Amino acid sequence: MPHFVKPTEGSWTEHYPELGTGPVSYEDSISPEHYERERDAIFARTWLNVGRIEQLPRTGSYFTKELDAARTSVIVVRTADGVRAVPNICRHRGNKLVWQDYPREEVSGTCRQFTCKYHGWRYGLEGDLTFVQQESEFFDLDKSEYGLVPVQADVWEGFIFVNLDRTNETPLAEYLGALGKGLAGYPFDKMTQVYKYRAEVGSNWKLYIDAFAEFYHAPVLHAKQAVADESRKLQGYGYEALAYALDGPHGMVSSWGGMSPPKDLDMVKPIERVLRSGLFGPWDKPDIGLTDLPPALNPAGHRAWGTDSFVFFPNFMLLVWEPQWYLTYHYWPTCYNTHIFEGTMYFVPPKNATERLRQELAAVTFKEYSLQDGNTLEATQTMLESRAVTTFPLNDQEILLRHLHKTAHDYVDDYEKRRGETPIQIGSTS
Amino acid sequence: MSEFPPEFTDLEPFAGWALRTEGERYAKRLASTMDELQAFYDAALPRLEDAMTYLDQFELDALPEDATGLLWLCYSLVNASFPVEVWRQPRVPDSGAAKFNAVIEPAV
Repeated sequence: MPHFVKPTEGSWTEHYPELGTGPVSYEDSISPEHYERERDAIFARTWLNVGRIEQLPRTGSYFTKELDAARTSVIVVRTADGVRAVPNICRHRGNKLVWQDYPREEVSGTCRQFTCKYHGWRYGLEGDLTFVQQESEFFDLDKSEYGLVPVQADVWEGFIFVNLDRTNETPLAEYLGALGKGLAGYPFDKMTQVYKYRAEVGSNWKLYIDAFAEFYHAPVLHAKQAVADESRKLQGYGYEALAYALDGPHGMVSSWGGMSPPKDLDMVKPIERVLRSGLFGPWDKPDIGLTDLPPALNPAGHRAWGTDSFVFFPNFMLLVWEPQWYLTYHYWPTCYNTHIFEGTMYFVPPKNATERLRQELAAVTFKEYSLQDGNTLEATQTMLESRAVTTFPLNDQEILLRHLHKTAHDYVDDYEKRRGETPIQIGSTS
Repeated sequence: MSEFPPEFTDLEPFAGWALRTEGERYAKRLASTMDELQAFYDAALPRLEDAMTYLDQFELDALPEDATGLLWLCYSLVNASFPVEVWRQPRVPDSGAAKFNAVIEPAV
């Protein structure tokens, strides 16, 4: 007997019949060849979230973003006219334009122009070539033809996206669809106190999204995080979402778990009782005057709402928590079985030490949970690669996984169809 | 000179926990025995509410040096509370060799 109402079809999954209910293959996560297709079909031609507008506070503020999956690096910069992105390459001999000691490390700063450290060519913030060292030594060099050609960049609710496909015709807002639209107006801009974590993970990028796109695992994998009685209670309940929603390539899960404050204080740890904070963040909401949530949040309108997790395809997750803070996840593939994971927490800046300590507890809690989440991934990747088992069941609470893998596969198939290639059955040994 | 404000000299034996970054605090936790973590926790947790009250009289970005040390010690208490209150080991269970490094954290 479900605790929360499911669609009339009887399950969330069957509400979206194109998903099917059969076992799935993770060949898409263990095939080097398939990963190469994903790089072209997905990462080189979808909108990718590369940062927040607060990272570019003034004209000339910039950061670089390594996009290994799309075989490139971009410079994202604030110009007098807004946010621009240009490929991070010098037009002269192809040197990476902006970097410090290590070419593959991302950098940020503020400048008036970009200067190549190789031969001193200089570019304005808009990408125009402004200076060539010993220009007269070149042959009919027209500087106006050697600017950095911008890649598409746009901003949604303060989140900066780039799209490396110069032929892309889908505006960012349209790409983000109903879920993006339904989040508009949330005060992301007031949540500027940042904690960012980074991990190199030994798994395919989709497998870590899988890990964070279902909470079926939570009462089990994280059982040792809670006091014993609470842990037993949670495992007895299992996990059921309040709601799921799919829209195009994107999806979301709405979860209960509002613990602000918990009904039974014996069920939380002593440090949580003193600080009034925990996994779901500080129990006392910040004073930012937020009364009505935008429609995409808590779609079931449940009083026990705790957090909503949005999966914006391909590799950006956004979690909004009931106590008014948010969290982002990014999964940057570096190989078919490795990726860089970034988890970033955003709080309203604390007014005093007490509020700061409450946020610290939430941040440390997030890290400890993530260490457990991350550790399962390499174990999953290696065993999937053994191909000892090749198909796996997914339950109704894992609908977002089914949707993610299907979406990613559809992108590859569609792209290859458009290019006139016959979709190749992955995993075939021919 | 004391590391902490005069009202908190009882925490002086644990001054080694007054560490500026999450990375340093986490490393010290992993390098500690459960007895050491328990001793720190037993001394610091009962003082946490007093510390909050004391620290809240200042602006966060204008803390005196000794108050900053006390705040860092409180961050360490948060970090050390996990092993003491639940896991009985310095590292979170079932995390093996997993790493998760803080690359941006608040300045204060």
